[in-house]
Amino acid sequence: MPMSPGRSSRIPQLLDRHEKDLLTAWMERQLQSVAARRDLLDDKELREQSRQFLRLVREAATTSDDIHGAEWAAVRDLLGSISVSRARQGFTPSETATFVFSLKEPVFALLRQQLGSDAGAVAEETWNATVLLDRLGLYTTEIYQRGREEVISRQQQDMMELSTPVVQLWEGILGLPLIGTLDSARTQVVMENLLQRIVDTGARIAIIDITGVPTVDTLVAQHLLKTVAAARLMGADCIISGIRPQIAQTVVHLGLDLTTVITKSTLADAFAVALQRVGLAVVRSAPTRT
Amino acid sequence: MDRIPILKMGPVLLVSIQVDMHDQLALTLQDDLTDRIVTTRARGVLIDISSLEVVDSFIGRMLGNIAAMSKVLDAETVVVGMRPAVAITLVELGMSLTGVRTALNVERAMEILGAATGNGGTPPGEVTDGRHPD
Amino acid sequence: MAVTRTEKLPVQATEDVVRVRQAVRAWAVELGFSLVDQTKIVTAASELARNTVVYGGGGTVEMESLIDGARRGLRLTFADQGPGIPDVDAALRDGFTTGHGLGLGLGGARRLSSEFEIRSQPGAGTVVRITRWK
Repeated sequence: MPMSPGRSSRIPQLLDRHEKDLLTAWMERQLQSVAARRDLLDDKELREQSRQFLRLVREAATTSDDIHGAEWAAVRDLLGSISVSRARQGFTPSETATFVFSLKEPVFALLRQQLGSDAGAVAEETWNATVLLDRLGLYTTEIYQRGREEVISRQQQDMMELSTPVVQLWEGILGLPLIGTLDSARTQVVMENLLQRIVDTGARIAIIDITGVPTVDTLVAQHLLKTVAAARLMGADCIISGIRPQIAQTVVHLGLDLTTVITKSTLADAFAVALQRVGLAVVRSAPTRT
Repeated sequence: MDRIPILKMGPVLLVSIQVDMHDQLALTLQDDLTDRIVTTRARGVLIDISSLEVVDSFIGRMLGNIAAMSKVLDAETVVVGMRPAVAITLVELGMSLTGVRTALNVERAMEILGAATGNGGTPPGEVTDGRHPD
Repeated sequence: MAVTRTEKLPVQATEDVVRVRQAVRAWAVELGFSLVDQTKIVTAASELARNTVVYGGGGTVEMESLIDGARRGLRLTFADQGPGIPDVDAALRDGFTTGHGLGLGLGGARRLSSEFEIRSQPGAGTVVRITRWK
C-alpha cells in the first residue's frame, strides 16, 4: 500500500505481522483494567471489536496520519459506536477510553522487541504510537461526551413536553397553559407541539394562557406572535390570555405589535370568547343549589 | 405536459396538489383554474395542500393570485391542510397570504364555502353582532 | 470546522429547482434536522435556486455537510454568472409587491438560515451562501 510522502513509520508493518500476539496482549490488558465491569462486557464481542480496530488502524495508518481525515473514517465510526454503546451501558468516560489506551503497553513492548537494536527507531516509533493512540483515545472521550449530551437533551425534551401539555377545553377549543420561565428553545418546542395538536384535533381556537409565566422577553414574545400567525395561516385562531400588568408594560416597552392578536386578561374571558366564536353558548338548565 | 387535475363537485372546484410543483406547473394550474371557474360558473374553489411539504414565495404568491382572481370571478377560495412546518416557515419567510382563506380540514372548508355559495345558510361563528340570544 | 461531504448540482432550468429541493431535503434528513428545520432550509434553497435560474441566467449549487465540534450543519452555495445585483441592500429588503424581481426571495432565505452571505456585483455574477446548523 502506498505511503503518503514523509511517512516512514514501521507501525503499520508491525501491526500487520504481529497482529495475533498484539491482540492477545491487548485483550489481557483490557480485561484487567475493566475487571470491575466484566459483567457488562462480552469477551467475544470485545475480541471482535479489538481485532477490527487493529485491522482498520493498520489500513488507515499506511495512507495518512490525520485521524480526522477521510482515510480514518472507518476507525472513527468503530470508535464512535463502541463509545456510544458503552456510554449507554453506564461506563465512565475513562473506562471507555481504556479501550484505546490499554493498547499502548502491548505496542510499546512490541516496538522494543522488534526494533530493540536501534534505540533511535524505538524512541521515534514509540513517540508515533503514543501520539496516535492519544488522539484516538481522546476521540472516544469526545464521542462519549456527545452521546451523554444527546441523552440529556432528549430527557430535557421529554420534560419540556410533559410540563406543557395541550388540553382540549371543549370541542374545537384547545388550551395551552404555560407555566414557569420560558426560554427560546422551550417556547419553540411547545409552539410546534401546539400547532400539531391543532391539526390533530381540527381545533378552531387555541387559547395560550401565560398566567403562570413571570416574564416575557422579546424572543419569547416573538415566538408567541409567530405561533399565532402560523395558526392563523393554517386556519385556526389563537387567543392569548393571562396577560398581567407587568407583561403588558413589557409589551409596550418593546414596541411589540399585538393589534392583530386577541388578548384577554383571564383564561375564563378567553374561553367565553372562544365559545362565542365557535357558535356555542352556556345555558343554565336548573336553578343554582345552595 | 402534465397538469394538476381539477375536479368539480356542484358549485365547487376541488384541487389537490400532490406533487412537488415546478414553477411552470404552478402557472398552468393558475390558468386552468381561472378558465374552469368561468366555464363551470363555479362559486367556490378548494385547494388541498396537505401533501405539500414546502410552500415557498412563488407557490405562496400563486395561492394569493388564485384567491384574488377567483374573487374577481365571484368565487371564494379556501386553502386546506397547511402543515405546521410549512406555516411556521411561511411566517418566517414573511408571507402573510392576506386574502387567502384557510381551513384545517375539508369539512370546515366546505362550511365556509357553503356560506359563500349560498348553500346551507350561515355557518356557526360567522355571526358577530355581539349580542347573545335570549 | 470540517466539510464531510460535498456535491455540486446544476441549477439551469425550472425543473432543477425541484431537484435542488429534493436533494437538500435528503441531505437535511440524513443530517438529522428537525422537520421544521428541514422545511426552512429546503424553502430557502428553493428561493435561491429560483433566483439563480430566473435572474442569474442559470448556475450551480454546491452542497456541503459540515461538522464544527459537536454541531452539524448544511451549507449551500448558489453561484451564477448573471448580471449581478446592483443594490444588494434593496434586494434584501422585502418587496411585498409581486413582480418586482427578487421579492421575498433573498430576505426570506436569510431569515430562514443560521448564516447568510452574499457577493454580487453588476457584471460579475452572484454568489449566495447559506448555512443551517442543527
